[in-house]
Amino acid sequence: MVSTCCYIARIYGVRSAMPMFKALEACPDAVVLRPDMEKYGKVGRAIRERMLALTPLVEPLSIDEAFLDLTGTERLHKATPAETLAKFIRDLESDVGITASVGLAPNKFLAKLASDLEKPRGFSVIGAGEARSVLAGMPVGRIWGVGKVFQTKLDRDGIRTIGQLQTIDKADLARRYGSIGLRLASLSVGEDNRVVSPERGAKSVSSETTFRTDISSFETLRPILRDLSEKVSARLKKSGLSGRGVTLKLKTAEFRTVTRARHLADPTQLADRIYSAGVSLLEKEADGRRFRLIGIGVSDLETAEQADPQDLVDQSAERRKHAELAIDRLRDKFGKSAVELGLTHVAKRGDGSRRS
Amino acid sequence: MKATLERTDLLKSLTHVHRVVERRNTIPILSNVLLRSDGGSLNLKATDLDLEIVETVPAMVELPGATTVPAHMFYDIVRKLPDGSQVVLETTSDNSTLEIRAGRSRFTLQMLPETDFPDLTAGEFSHGFPLTAGDIRKLIDTTQFAISTEETRYYLNGIYLHTVDAGNGQQFRAVATDGHRLAQAEVPAPSGASGMPGIIVPRKTVGEIQKLLEDPEANVQIELSETKIRITTGSIILTSKLIDGTFPDYGRVIPQGNDKEMRVDRDEFKEAVDRVSTISSERGRAVKLSLTEGRMVLTVNNPDSGSATEEVAVEYDAEPLEIGFNSRYLLDIANQLSSDTALFRLADSGSPTLIQDNTVDDCLFVLMPMRV
Repeated sequence: MVSTCCYIARIYGVRSAMPMFKALEACPDAVVLRPDMEKYGKVGRAIRERMLALTPLVEPLSIDEAFLDLTGTERLHKATPAETLAKFIRDLESDVGITASVGLAPNKFLAKLASDLEKPRGFSVIGAGEARSVLAGMPVGRIWGVGKVFQTKLDRDGIRTIGQLQTIDKADLARRYGSIGLRLASLSVGEDNRVVSPERGAKSVSSETTFRTDISSFETLRPILRDLSEKVSARLKKSGLSGRGVTLKLKTAEFRTVTRARHLADPTQLADRIYSAGVSLLEKEADGRRFRLIGIGVSDLETAEQADPQDLVDQSAERRKHAELAIDRLRDKFGKSAVELGLTHVAKRGDGSRRS
Repeated sequence: MKATLERTDLLKSLTHVHRVVERRNTIPILSNVLLRSDGGSLNLKATDLDLEIVETVPAMVELPGATTVPAHMFYDIVRKLPDGSQVVLETTSDNSTLEIRAGRSRFTLQMLPETDFPDLTAGEFSHGFPLTAGDIRKLIDTTQFAISTEETRYYLNGIYLHTVDAGNGQQFRAVATDGHRLAQAEVPAPSGASGMPGIIVPRKTVGEIQKLLEDPEANVQIELSETKIRITTGSIILTSKLIDGTFPDYGRVIPQGNDKEMRVDRDEFKEAVDRVSTISSERGRAVKLSLTEGRMVLTVNNPDSGSATEEVAVEYDAEPLEIGFNSRYLLDIANQLSSDTALFRLADSGSPTLIQDNTVDDCLFVLMPMRV
């Protein structure tokens, strides 16, 4: 499975989410690298540090994209935002060794649009004055929030370019498409009043994995689910969070996504409780269907303060909780593989089931 | 089938039986109520395969027979018919619909064959004994709130009924817990209960029994085996499966050595808890009780909205103690206490607390504290 690819490979028609054999068919000279999420995370964080040195208003959009609000930073950096960004990109290439694209504009919508204009290593500026004319020639699909379905709907109404939207009355658009119509009206002329807000609290914490070959057996899925539960739990513990909702996600061989959720009586951050809720849901779903993906997530997040209270009847819950916390301490000291459950350990010896 | 009966009788009975029928059913016949007319009566029966209620009402039967019709719709029809009217139920000649007539109203309902209607075979009952409706209501009312809704712990999804030999003779005891709180109530055991197996009655069944027993003086016959329970009162027979599981050894949960005693006026306490908890968020609901000699201060802090505090005079002379509880749970328990004074037996801020009536000792509650 191709998770991402360089721009040269893209010229040959390689796309992300493409099966590897197809990608190699299209581009036989491609070099295939296994993903190293830890490394990406580390580099991503280093870059974020550098962004935060420019402005406190950094809103991460994904692991490698972020909005920066540079309003009012000229005095601080003794340079215009364009100069500040140019220096930032140059330092990024020389110090970290990666290239990036920049889009500079008066608001988030136009900035994102600008950054996509000239990839890779692009540097585009859309000024407030020229927004209208730049947008006019673009297809409606470039507007944030207009997906495939909505695009088809607009297409049926004869609207294909943003320029066409600019000529339609705001009230008319609202009547036709409701609240999203109002958004179309303002975005089509380059108006967007969303602010760059660094606080975008997580709504859920989850982890999933795609298999190299589809799996139907409950016994094979179980250790994988446990492993994912431990990952989710580790992230919850690290950020001082807990949650009441546990969601199991499965994708069948036919690409149908199945999600099943369970609501817990108390918020939890323990791998043990996340896993046991997940496995009870999995038990009902593992009915012989073949799955290509499994994932588990915790939602309905709150602080860890009231998480995992002592239970009156289940005395062993308290013991399991202490055992898990002891394992956590060992892992902190000696690394994740220092201590493992028999369940995941046995499964990992014969591993090879995960797709790269 | 053709039968004529009083709307009042029919409605009362349908009110009882239609509740058993789930709103959504994958098996169509389970949405229906079975009607069987015979001799001088009409028999109504509804089931969800775990619970079944059968009730007999007097009727003038011209043509004996049986059929099934959608329970909720039938109930709604009868409910809206004029008070005091007579209802005629008659199957049409092609045997596909049931006609319901009252006054100038006329309805037809699609039928499903009564032969498809499932039967909850009761099997043999090993024990049988009478109990007053009042006693059963007391056992249920006192413990019901503590039943767990957690599906994974299905064995806590009901009330555990069993007998115990106490100092005051054999007792028939009910216990329910959800891991946060535990409620226990007992009445003197009737002789027939001796040697009965401990059984877990599911939450839905508990609720239905509670609704059937309106008159506390009424006599109720209980029959049970390891897998089923049957309650007979008047012309109503309720049969239910039991939860197939082992109820935990709850005796270990009830604290024995809690040496700090606190006595408080039940109503004063209840009202104070209710008042201060107004400020708590939907979730948190933690109320802090700060105990010092002769007084208790209740505090709720909600970082989003503010705080509340109230002082209540208590009987307390142990060392000062701060302990937090879920305010909803405190109210649930206070609502079940029958004497004017509540007795709290505490150990420390992290251990289960025992709550009882000061004078009566036929019920007790255990509550797990919250971190505050």
